Amino acid sequence: MVKINGVEMNIQGKTVSQYLAENGYDGKRVAVELNGDILPKSQYEITVLQDNDCVEIVCFVGGG
Amino acid sequence: MTEKEWYSALEKRHGAELQQKFSESCVAVCGLGGLGSNVAISLARSGIGRLLLIDFDKVDITNLHRQQYKVSQLGMCKTKAMKETIAEIAPYCNVITHTVKLAEDNISLIADCDIVCECFDNAQCKAMLVNEVAERYPEKYIVSASGMSGLHTGNTIQTKRLGKRLYICGDGISDIDNDGTLFAPRVMLCASHQANTVLRIIAEKFEV
Repeated sequence: MVKINGVEMNIQGKTVSQYLAENGYDGKRVAVELNGDILPKSQYEITVLQDNDCVEIVCFVGGG
Repeated sequence: MTEKEWYSALEKRHGAELQQKFSESCVAVCGLGGLGSNVAISLARSGIGRLLLIDFDKVDITNLHRQQYKVSQLGMCKTKAMKETIAEIAPYCNVITHTVKLAEDNISLIADCDIVCECFDNAQCKAMLVNEVAERYPEKYIVSASGMSGLHTGNTIQTKRLGKRLYICGDGISDIDNDGTLFAPRVMLCASHQANTVLRIIAEKFEV
């Protein structure tokens, strides 16, 4: 199981890119933390989610 | 007011040890709108030694409802206006300005700072800065903001920590595209969360 924003999901084997696209995230507005570190955007396509991974996805909203 | 008198007053309030840490710190404020203008003033008042202020824009009449500028500063570059204001509040704060749009190709402007405050208004620019700094300067702390639009309750503005070096202030959801506008107090709440987080990082209080 992979924990995404606190929710356990059965999505191991998918890449970060796949998960973001399938769940409607705008890739230009997100930052992804994987197991305590911010994942570089260049790694989204090649990073395969593993069992016990802990992911936080931040989708920025406008205003400031 | 001499520099010694100013520093002594800060030491009295903050304690000598903490004030020394504040004075030795360099913080970049990226974007000088509703968030950045308030963050910059809070940090200058707190006696942060060096501030890098980065913004490409000029003070406009539509900024006055939430940004820390005055009618007399309309038309001025925000960097110049904020440097002028800080000079009246904290004249010995070393303010360095860059009147440019910060992007992937000039991100090295923030290379000297210890902490980066992301104070942009555009969601894509926010994500760009956070991702670029995290990738190219992984040793730096980032204090970002997302979700402070509208006239919603102030009680949902909070600070979250992601990983070891990224903090995000705001409610995470209230989007200018839906709410239409921003109100001074709620933006200031978020900016205050950011400035407070900066001071806490310098004081090595890393938990939220």
